[in-house]
Amino acid sequence: MPKDNDSGIGASPKRREDVRFLTGAGNYTDDINVNGQAYVHFLRADVAHATINSIDTSAAAKMPGVVKIFTGADFAEVGGIPCGWGVTDRHGNPQQEPRHPIIADGTIRHVGEIVAAVVADTVEQARDAAEAIELNLSDKPAVVNMAGALAEDSTKVHEDLTSNLCYDWVFGNDDDTAVQAAFDSAAHVTTLDLVNNRLVANPMEPRVAIGEYTRGTDEYTLHTTSQNPHVIRLLMCAFVLGLPEHKVRVVAPDVGGGFGSKIFHYAEEAFCTHAAKACGRAVKWTSTRSEAFISDAHGRDHVTKIELALDADNNFTALRTNTMANMGAYLSTFSTSVPSYLHGTLMAGNYKTPVVQVNVKTVFTNTVPVDAYRGAGRPEATYQLERVIDKAARELGTDPIALRRQNFITEFPYETPVALTYDTGDYVATMDKLEQVADVAGFAARRAASEAKGRLRGFGVNCYIEACGIAPSNIVGMLGARAGLYDAATVRVNATGTISVFVGAHSHGQGHETSFPQVVAEMIGIDESMVDIVHGDTGRVPFGMGTYGSRSIAVCGSAMVRATEKIINKAKKIAAHLMEASDADIELKDGQFTVAGTDKSVAWGDVTLTAYVPHNYPLEELEPGLEETAFYDPANFTYPAGAYACEVEVDPDTGKVSIERFAAADDFGNIINPMIVDGQVHGGLGQGIGQALLENAAYDEDGQLLSASYMDYAMPRADDVPFYQVDHSCQTPCTHNPLGVKGCGEAGAIGSPPAVVNAVVDALQSGGKEVTHIDMPLSPSRVWSAMNG
Amino acid sequence: MLFGKDDKMYEFEFEKPSTVAEAVAALADEDAQALGGGQTLIPTLKQRLAMPSKLVSLTGIDGMKGVSGGDGMLSIGGATTHAEVAEAAADAYPALAALAGQIGDPAVRNRGTIGGSLANNDPAACYPAAALGSGATIMTNRREITADDYFRGLFETALEDGEIITAVRFPVPQKASYQKFLQPASRFALVGVFAAKYAAGVRVAVTGASEEGVFRWNEAEAALDADFTPEALDGLSVDAGSMMADLHGSKAYRAHLVGVMAKRAVAAAA
Ligand SMILES: Cc1cc2nc3c(=O)[nH]c(=O)nc-3n(C[C@H](O)[C@H](O)[C@H](O)COP(=O)(O)OP(=O)(O)OC[C@H]3O[C@@H](n4cnc5c(N)ncnc54)[C@H](O)[C@@H]3O)c2cc1C
Repeated sequence: MPKDNDSGIGASPKRREDVRFLTGAGNYTDDINVNGQAYVHFLRADVAHATINSIDTSAAAKMPGVVKIFTGADFAEVGGIPCGWGVTDRHGNPQQEPRHPIIADGTIRHVGEIVAAVVADTVEQARDAAEAIELNLSDKPAVVNMAGALAEDSTKVHEDLTSNLCYDWVFGNDDDTAVQAAFDSAAHVTTLDLVNNRLVANPMEPRVAIGEYTRGTDEYTLHTTSQNPHVIRLLMCAFVLGLPEHKVRVVAPDVGGGFGSKIFHYAEEAFCTHAAKACGRAVKWTSTRSEAFISDAHGRDHVTKIELALDADNNFTALRTNTMANMGAYLSTFSTSVPSYLHGTLMAGNYKTPVVQVNVKTVFTNTVPVDAYRGAGRPEATYQLERVIDKAARELGTDPIALRRQNFITEFPYETPVALTYDTGDYVATMDKLEQVADVAGFAARRAASEAKGRLRGFGVNCYIEACGIAPSNIVGMLGARAGLYDAATVRVNATGTISVFVGAHSHGQGHETSFPQVVAEMIGIDESMVDIVHGDTGRVPFGMGTYGSRSIAVCGSAMVRATEKIINKAKKIAAHLMEASDADIELKDGQFTVAGTDKSVAWGDVTLTAYVPHNYPLEELEPGLEETAFYDPANFTYPAGAYACEVEVDPDTGKVSIERFAAADDFGNIINPMIVDGQVHGGLGQGIGQALLENAAYDEDGQLLSASYMDYAMPRADDVPFYQVDHSCQTPCTHNPLGVKGCGEAGAIGSPPAVVNAVVDALQSGGKEVTHIDMPLSPSRVWSAMNG
Repeated sequence: MLFGKDDKMYEFEFEKPSTVAEAVAALADEDAQALGGGQTLIPTLKQRLAMPSKLVSLTGIDGMKGVSGGDGMLSIGGATTHAEVAEAAADAYPALAALAGQIGDPAVRNRGTIGGSLANNDPAACYPAAALGSGATIMTNRREITADDYFRGLFETALEDGEIITAVRFPVPQKASYQKFLQPASRFALVGVFAAKYAAGVRVAVTGASEEGVFRWNEAEAALDADFTPEALDGLSVDAGSMMADLHGSKAYRAHLVGVMAKRAVAAAA
């Protein structure tokens, strides 16, 4: 069947997966129930730091329904949760890497850490029994504040480490004297101290895990809410439980959002897998929302001082940053890469600053582990850079857009002082587009209208660049990644011509089930309904690295293209045989194979049928069947970039900020499904606005999470965000992947916080307030305090 | 009937009487507790922060439901939902109806009751401001309590064990307004001010702000008695020292907001 015009690359068919999501037909992990399953309730620490003197489970063990109770001692022989990235510090030493036990072994290091696990016939029985466990603890001082944690006399989070410093890292120009010289010779230096607030990811679906063990075959199945089932299987088998990989299947079915927090290998996954065998029953855990707050990895939490040097003509001459990044109590899977390589490499931004030095100290504290959250390091980089540029523009009395334009990188490829080579981009074009979409020209009138109502109005702009489609395995390996970052796809064509594509990327809201088939259908010229993707099951799909870092279409999509090319090549050979022509003369268009210069043709379905019913077939030259796999390892990162503008109103009486307009001009290279891209940007903007105005994971000095429920943790709601103006018509295709795509998943979250803060500062200054900075979230009370401080 | 199968509450007995007398009898058991809309109590139970032996639902008592009025009074049954008040009181007492219509979300308003809200007396709840700001009378199965006597601090009221709020009687003011400044996360009142003008004088009640719960701002009342305009409040302020402080606002901020919201309430009063 030939394709229609509303399909293929560049079309916006509606998301086919939404039908099941919106009609209650999804299959989430908690929808899965295994015959005879037991339930685990985790007894979690309610203090941040303590020595466990003893745990008495004897009374609990006798409670009704209890199957088995586990404590740290039961996991003494099992490995700890590994960290997937080893960072080398400025002196050439490895990061300090503490053991990360499945269940606390002797010491509690954060509120929410698992202290014991009760498996019982029902959840209620497990919970009842957990309440009967007697803990004898000796409290220790909680280490919460990062600066305090680095003080000589601080209590140590890990007694066996030399200090609370994980690593002290420098990147870019590491010659302190040369960097200082660049600052000494500057005409102007702008300095800014800021905090990138700690966040809780809060996907709609909390985490769930079900471990199953089949005695007859000695096989395990783990159903889990993961963005990358193969990664979980590898880490859990090779590092934690010591199981043979081929005996373990990890399934991540429909997953209700991840935003990074479902990348990591969590203790609960290893626990349920291990306990299934130990208990002789499947073991299920469903996180409550309260547990999610204190056990899902948190995001961000950087404290930074950034300095920007400019010459007398306002050219950026040097940039230096000093950041403390919170690791929490243990190293989560990709925790150490986020403040280092995912952050430091982006500090050049869109600008041709010749000297860049990034200093990062990562710090252990008695808080929940911190890891990648939508954008992962890149939002932290963008925020500092775009805030300091804005501040510089104000100090110099120059237009913030003009200052940015003047310093843009304009020639590509461009090698930055922080190790990246931007292959392509056009920052002038995205800024031009932004000025148009945001109607910069109309701002003065809108400000006057706001002022007439007694409101202050501000306009804020920022640029961003991100390194996506992570990434070339050899490069990330050199930088410390303990994993490859290719991806894989198998294209299985059935006899009747329909296609299942088995992909290593995982879809948990991104719409892959719609956009991936668009590509394959377009390449072959068949209807999209003939193509499905299969993902999320190590028992079915080839070894893939999963979905994060806006990598799915750029990396896995490229693998899929390569595999489809192999399919087409083989199909052409079959078609050539059927039409008694030479392979080289065969063309494929609209699902028909033709011989160039003749009217001979054979349909896609005839060729696929021939592949599986090879009666008339060149068996001596070609294997029957039509199934191909490709692994794709990109040559470089991709570099989506853009410019964002935010317009706010501030109520001077209360400090309340409302976002009146938000415009985004992005360059994502080629685009497969513009509607899905709009949705990704919208979602990212919502999260960025959430970070800028509302969200805050705040700890008190005892290490208690103050915002541990929605009563105090403010998520963005529909009425907190405006209707967005999103434009992605500026397209400089990626030069090194077959689709020319760059990825769009994180841009919104990376690019929006500085625009919001820049706009609020602009509003306050327009009202005559000498406010140069407010730390996020810009809650009404913080804005009011800044105005009246 | 036993609850607790799919949620993780402790087990308890459940009764749903159809008269106040039956409810009172059912509540005589030690550790029995009244259940209104459950919008506060059920989450508390799910977190295992309370362990009642029995819940006595009041929502099956027809005599405790509905809005009726006349002679400058509006009477609301203790088990009347916020949604019903928002609708049924819209003509008779628009400021009260508007307040009820801004509590939580539709699901909360369709379940939560005025009796439950006043019995709970959350320091950030809305109804306490309306009751105190209107000089309402809390009617129970035992007695009538004036709002001025009823509120006793954070989550504290004059109610005795087993006492049920059967109705609340509101004198209808000449004009009134409730202005709520939302706490960004919970969307309860970070500060809410209810201002009502009666022939006998102005009443101003403040919720969300004080360490002692809902309170009357007497100074503002006096100023507004003389001149019911926002400007009459210029220069007046509450003592920041007695305000609450948390993640969402300092003492000074709350004290400031009391002034802002009070002016807005006066300006909006209709
Ligand atoms: C998401 C959410 C948002 C909310 N937002 C707001 C808001 O913005 N403003 C606001 O004011 N409130 C808000 N609430 C609280 C809501 O108004 C509750 O309904 C109310 O506080 C309790 O009423 P209830 O009928 O649900 O009582 P329940 O939860 O059933 O009971 C609460 C307490 O009152 C007792 N009780 C119940 N009825 C009676 C009675 N008739 N006599 C004596 N004792 C009784 C119970 O024993 C219990 O101790 C919110 C709640 C939720 C869940």
